[in-house]
Amino acid sequence: MFKFFLTRVSLVIPTFIGVTLLSFALIRLVPGDPIELLVGERGIDPARHAMLRADLGLDKPLLTQYGIYITNVLHGDLGRSIVTKEPVIKEFFTLFPATVELSLFAIFFAVLIGMPMGVLAAVKRGSIFDYSTMGISLAGYSMPIFWWALLLMLYFSVYLGWTPVSGRISVMFDVEPVTGFMLIDSLLSDDRGAFTSAVSHLILPALALGTIPLAVIARMTRSSMLEVLSEDYIRTARAKGLSPLRVIGLHGLRNALIPVVTVIGLQVGVLFAGAILTETIFAWPGVGKWLVESVRRRDYPVLQGGVLLIATVVMTINLLVDMLYGLINPRIRRK
Amino acid sequence: MTMPVSDLSLANQQQQQQPPHPLLVFWRSFASNRGALIGLVVIILLVAMAVLAGWISPHPPDEQYRDALLVPPSWADGGSTRFLLGTDDIGRDILARIMYGARLSLSVGFMVVIVALLSGIVLGLVAGFFRGISEIIIMRIMDIMLTLPSLLMAIVIVAILGPSLVNAAMAVVIVQLPHFVRLTRAQVINETTRDYVTAARVSGAGTLRLMFVTVLPNCMAPLIVQGTLGFSNAVLDLAALGFLGMGAQPPTPEWGTMLSNALQFIQRAWWVVTFPGLAILLVVLAFNLMGDGLRDALDPKLKL
Repeated sequence: MFKFFLTRVSLVIPTFIGVTLLSFALIRLVPGDPIELLVGERGIDPARHAMLRADLGLDKPLLTQYGIYITNVLHGDLGRSIVTKEPVIKEFFTLFPATVELSLFAIFFAVLIGMPMGVLAAVKRGSIFDYSTMGISLAGYSMPIFWWALLLMLYFSVYLGWTPVSGRISVMFDVEPVTGFMLIDSLLSDDRGAFTSAVSHLILPALALGTIPLAVIARMTRSSMLEVLSEDYIRTARAKGLSPLRVIGLHGLRNALIPVVTVIGLQVGVLFAGAILTETIFAWPGVGKWLVESVRRRDYPVLQGGVLLIATVVMTINLLVDMLYGLINPRIRRK
Repeated sequence: MTMPVSDLSLANQQQQQQPPHPLLVFWRSFASNRGALIGLVVIILLVAMAVLAGWISPHPPDEQYRDALLVPPSWADGGSTRFLLGTDDIGRDILARIMYGARLSLSVGFMVVIVALLSGIVLGLVAGFFRGISEIIIMRIMDIMLTLPSLLMAIVIVAILGPSLVNAAMAVVIVQLPHFVRLTRAQVINETTRDYVTAARVSGAGTLRLMFVTVLPNCMAPLIVQGTLGFSNAVLDLAALGFLGMGAQPPTPEWGTMLSNALQFIQRAWWVVTFPGLAILLVVLAFNLMGDGLRDALDPKLKL
């Protein structure tokens, strides 16, 4: 078991080095002089240009530059934003909880709806419910999420007026950021309506972001459940006279869950790609929106640092999922 | 009377028992999947619409009718049959823009998949055939590319190259590449252990011949399926980039770009928001349906 963990972790290291190379190369691949990019349109006199160049280490050989970069990265220094002059890592960790909160609720919604849908579709295979579940799941899987978010907004916010259009909480409330998670912070604050406001702001973005994972989870649960239900031990359980609920819930679902859990773990990347679009549409102050804005403002240090941090997060989660999988399913470990 | 009747019927029977042509088998299996057929029909209609856009479109896509800003679709209050799906904020016909957008999305999507598929095949063949250091390097790079969420990777590439349709297409090619490389390599490694490859090698086939003539055709089935599904991803990603302002630039009639400033009309013009996205959904859905059908027909092993 320990050996399995060790090999998995050691596999991550070259990938991490590759990602740092990518983010290191990013700012150097942009056409034009990085200094001029940094100072913007105003122009700069040659003396100061040379000074900045030396300051940023751009006059040193490429390998030395990379050495400096990686040392800085390992010390948690990812440079400063050109626009706000704040350290990139600080900005990231202020915004990251918002993205995590949104993604957690999206995946929660996806599991809550998708899994029962998949189980029911498998149990009632060939029924109208099965066909409609698969139809909905296919449509959800094919959904352009930015359009779906706009449609949800059009119907629930504009037409019905049930939920607010954008942001994390109504401007009426001034919630002190303690954890960075609006739901917790608003509960901690003394304002009575703050929590309701935070929840109503969260519903639509989470719904939009959760749609693709929901479709994937429903499909995966169905096929995994179908496979398990044809196993001998299910027939045995049935023959023993166990109630259908017990057979399906205890004997079936528990075994069907293993691949589903992996699939949920692998949705992290999908979820983040979706978060970029969802956050942009709902003006949700998270990491995705921050990155899109950094591209628009040509704030390359932010993009560079953000890419590295997000890749690290995705890699870590994938690693954890793999290990969890190894823990649940011993057959994987021996490979 | 010397000719025995039974012999004749036996010969007949033998002729009938000849296995049907592989293409026919494939078609029967594909056609038995109703969803896949619907997908195929929708795709044919969409392609026809894209090809014929210049003839069947009611208006030119960039013509601005200053007297008809934000006209609702024909069936809604205040709509007219002049603009079937209404007009946008500067008076352009939405139906015409969707038709020309189909031309753009389908052709660019097709090109993206072809380029990604071909380069993926070459890299995958190299990795799968020569193994060793070339395999390690290629597969490690692909792993790194897969670490970033696809849309973020595409955004990074567009940030480097600058926003335009061509650069967005290039970004999507790069994003899709790892999937084709991985698939080809896995197939090649699987196939090279088979006897027919050994036989070809023993009879003196050169490496290039082995790669492209002997092994590759037997790896094509999953690649075709992945290509179909890759097409729908390409259309989605291109539209998403257009939506974020990092793909096709206005006034190009690209579906995602058409939605990029739709947010400001969400209060008063639902049709500006609805129809371009519906077109994207339709294309993606049709290709996913067909991809599922192809997978079942071409590669029974992959059946869910």
